[in-house]
Amino acid sequence: MLMDAEVIDKKRNPRIMKNNLMKMLFLFSTLIGLVILIVLLSTTLLDGWRYLTLDFFTNFSSSRPSRAGVKGAIIGTLWLMAFTTPIAIFLSVGTALYLEEYAPKNKFTKFVETNIANLAGVPSVVFGLLGLTIFVRQFGLGNSVLAASLTLALMIMPVIVVASQEALRTVPVAVREASIGMGASKWQTVYRIILPAAIPGIITGIILAISRAIGETAPLVVIGIPVALLATPSSPLDSFQALPMQIYNWVKMPQAEFQNLTAAGIIVLLALLMMMNLVAIVIRNKYSKRY
Amino acid sequence: MIMTKEKTSAIHLANKDLESSPTVTQNNEIFIAKNFNLWYGENHALKDINLSFHENEISAIIGPSGCGKSTFIKSLNRMVEMVPGVLTEGEILYRDKNILDKDMSVEELRTKVGMVFQKPNPFPKSIYDNVSYGPRIHGIKDKKTLDLIVEKSLRQAAIWDEVKDRLNDNAYGLSGGQQQRICIARTLAVEPDIVLMDEPTSALDPISTIKIEDLMQELKKEYSIIIVTHNMQQAARVSDKTAFFYQGNVIEFNDTNIIFENPHDKRTEDYVTGRFG
Repeated sequence: MLMDAEVIDKKRNPRIMKNNLMKMLFLFSTLIGLVILIVLLSTTLLDGWRYLTLDFFTNFSSSRPSRAGVKGAIIGTLWLMAFTTPIAIFLSVGTALYLEEYAPKNKFTKFVETNIANLAGVPSVVFGLLGLTIFVRQFGLGNSVLAASLTLALMIMPVIVVASQEALRTVPVAVREASIGMGASKWQTVYRIILPAAIPGIITGIILAISRAIGETAPLVVIGIPVALLATPSSPLDSFQALPMQIYNWVKMPQAEFQNLTAAGIIVLLALLMMMNLVAIVIRNKYSKRY
Repeated sequence: MIMTKEKTSAIHLANKDLESSPTVTQNNEIFIAKNFNLWYGENHALKDINLSFHENEISAIIGPSGCGKSTFIKSLNRMVEMVPGVLTEGEILYRDKNILDKDMSVEELRTKVGMVFQKPNPFPKSIYDNVSYGPRIHGIKDKKTLDLIVEKSLRQAAIWDEVKDRLNDNAYGLSGGQQQRICIARTLAVEPDIVLMDEPTSALDPISTIKIEDLMQELKKEYSIIIVTHNMQQAARVSDKTAFFYQGNVIEFNDTNIIFENPHDKRTEDYVTGRFG
């Protein structure tokens, strides 16, 4: 016998102990993140929940904490997302479809793909500068909803493109062949077979990206979104307030009460986020199909 | 006929003078490959293929793995182009038209030349939506016409009785053999001129295989069939003509009984008697 039974016996316990040790280590990593998250959320909720009054939602921003509210910021953020989302989806899903389904598989396509993936790592403040130079100044859009939406859409585009490409790649070749083999055009195959199968993955990417955009502050600072504005936008060319800017502004204030308002603002932002995620999960489950 | 299929009787007549191969039958030629070559990059996969297939016949293509038989059948509806880096040379005439021409519309070709694949590949949709997919993409919208097409196709594929009460169920709930017959029905729904089958029973159990072989005999009355098969007994059972491919060449093409009982080439004999492959 080449396998020495004595050696195997001797090594068995250390092997199993090592496995348990590693398991504990990984559990520890998970718990650290979880505990910190719970602490953060609970302190925010404790600080802020008492300030979530009706007045808080119906008042504009103010220098007096007792009269400050998030009406302008919520409505502004909703306007911002209402334009960012469709622009981002159109650009990103279009790009992903072109790269995966239509583009010839050559070095140029590969080059474009790599660069789009790299864009995902560019700091958001750089996108802010790009927005300031091109949309705010060059196109003369000023610090409007449209300028900010275009900037944020460009910022989140790489994330959606990469997620959509991954989703498109999971659609089996066999069903593409079946459709193409019956004389369907590329677009018919994409629209009727590939997109319905890829949509859960694409939606996941979109939601991740929008969640990032909704809380993004740096590009808005660079574009010059006002922190004190006593009006809501009535067209995409109007200027607006945004929740993350409002929170950022309050947290800088010296009065202690503003810290509580900050917490309340964060709760509102989180609630918006969770609502969006809920919608996404519903859509995803509706379209979920298995192969 | 529910979908309008162009009658090409003029071409049939013209085809008459082309029939000069030693295995002449009275049926018209539907596909003729003339000095057809194909490369995957550097790899010369098909070499000077000369073959002709006839209407209302079942032609089988046999040969060991990697001999080019799947590549060849996929050339007939140009699905082979989905592989990057494919180069072709020569001609493949489908009813006198060279399908390799730049102005040939692959969408039109694939409507006339249907294909059934190795593994059943239904869409994750209902049985009805699977079978009506083809007519729909070609612009048939009328519900009544679609109903008729679906029923006719499912009957032709010998699966109507098994699924008529659950047309709205997902095709994924069916067995592999049933799925493959749904796929055949889906291909027939477009009313093709010819059906290519790329090892259609290799993923199926023996009973489903027999069902599909019986079905092919029925379909032969209305369609022409070219089948690639790994299974020599299957070729012997179902086909009228058999082509033996080996290392990218057509070694022998003749009536099936001659190929299996009295082959002219030593390599064909070795292969059909199981000495290699």
